[in-house]
Amino acid sequence: MLNRRDAVRRLLDDRGDMLVVAGLGQPCFDCFAAGDDPRNFYLWGAMGGAVPTGLGLALAQPDRRVMVVTGDGDALMSAGAFATVGAEAPENLAICILDNERYGETGGQVTHTARGADLALMAAAGGVRDTRTVRTEAELADAIGALRNGAGPQVAVLKVAPESEPGSLPPQDGPHLKRRFRSAALGVEDK
Amino acid sequence: MDDWRDGIFEAIKAAGVTQVAYVPDAGHSRLIERSIEDNDLRAVSLTTEEEGVALLAGAWLGGAKGVLLLQSSGVGNCINMLSLARTCAFPLVMLVTMRGEWGEFNSWQKPMGATTQGHLELCGATCYRCDRAEDVRETVESAFRFAHYTNSIAAVLLGQRLIGAKVFEEPAAC
Repeated sequence: MLNRRDAVRRLLDDRGDMLVVAGLGQPCFDCFAAGDDPRNFYLWGAMGGAVPTGLGLALAQPDRRVMVVTGDGDALMSAGAFATVGAEAPENLAICILDNERYGETGGQVTHTARGADLALMAAAGGVRDTRTVRTEAELADAIGALRNGAGPQVAVLKVAPESEPGSLPPQDGPHLKRRFRSAALGVEDK
Repeated sequence: MDDWRDGIFEAIKAAGVTQVAYVPDAGHSRLIERSIEDNDLRAVSLTTEEEGVALLAGAWLGGAKGVLLLQSSGVGNCINMLSLARTCAFPLVMLVTMRGEWGEFNSWQKPMGATTQGHLELCGATCYRCDRAEDVRETVESAFRFAHYTNSIAAVLLGQRLIGAKVFEEPAAC
C-alpha cells in the first residue's frame, strides 16, 4: 500500500506550470499538504465534479498539463465522465485517483473498489488512452512520469493505505479560489 | 423571419463561447450540428448534464467561456453540481429545451417539465422564459451578459410551444 501524502507530494513536486484540480475530501487535503498553490483548485463539494472540471480546464488550456487528483468515491460517482474524457482525448489531461477503497470522510465505509470494481479498467473501457493501477513504489515512479509527461489522457489508480492523514485544510471560499486561480494561471484580475 | 435556432448560434458566437457542452435534444439538434461544424467551437457530448456544469467551471478557470445545452429532464441531473457554480460564482448559461408542457404526448416528461423553473431557481439560477421566436436571440444575449457580468447562473427556458411538440405518431384514441 502506498502512502497518499508521499505520493501526492512527489506528483506535484517542482510542478512547473501544471494546473491542478483536487477532488473533495482527502485528495484536497493531500494537495494542500504538498504545498498550497493558487493554481490548485480545491473542490469542497460537488462530488463527481473533479474529472469533468479537469476536462474543461484541459480543453481550455491545451498547452499546459492539467492534473486531476481525486479519490475513488468521487471517480465512481462520475464514472461516465471517463467516456467523455476518452471521446475528447485531451493529450494534456492526467487523472490521479487515490484509491483507498473507502469513503474516508463519512466513516470509512468501503467503496465498490474494495468489492471488485476496477477504476483503471473502467477508464480504459471509456476510451482513455493510458491507464494503470499502481501498488508498489517502483510502479509509482513510472506512474508519476506518465501522469506528468505521458501523452494523455492518462489515468493512474494509486492503491493507497486507508489510514487518515493529519488535517490539512485548504481555503474554502469559492470565489477566492476561483479568482486566485485565474489570476495565477491566466493573469486575469476578476472584479 | 430568421430561424430562432440560428439566432441562438449567433448569440453564442457573439458572447465569445468556445465550449458547447450538451446532452442532445431534438430542439437543440441544429445548434449542436452547427457547433460541431464550427472550427472555433469545441462541442463536448456529455454522458449526463451535471458533467457539463463542472466542465464549464473548468473551462472558466482556463479562461474559456461555455454554454450548456440540455432538456428540461436533464435539469434534475444537475442539482448538486450547480452548487459548484453557485458557491464559487462561476458564470453559467444553460439553454433548456422544455418538455412536458405544450402538446406533450409522453407523461414521463411531465414531472421535470412542470418543476424545471422551480428547481433552477432554488439552485440560484435566474430564469428567462421564451415562447416566441422573435424573443429568442435577445434573451440568450441577455442571459450571457447577466451571467458573465454578475458571475451567476442564467437559464433560458425555451418553451415547447416555440420548439414544436415532439410527435412520434398519432396517439391512439382514448
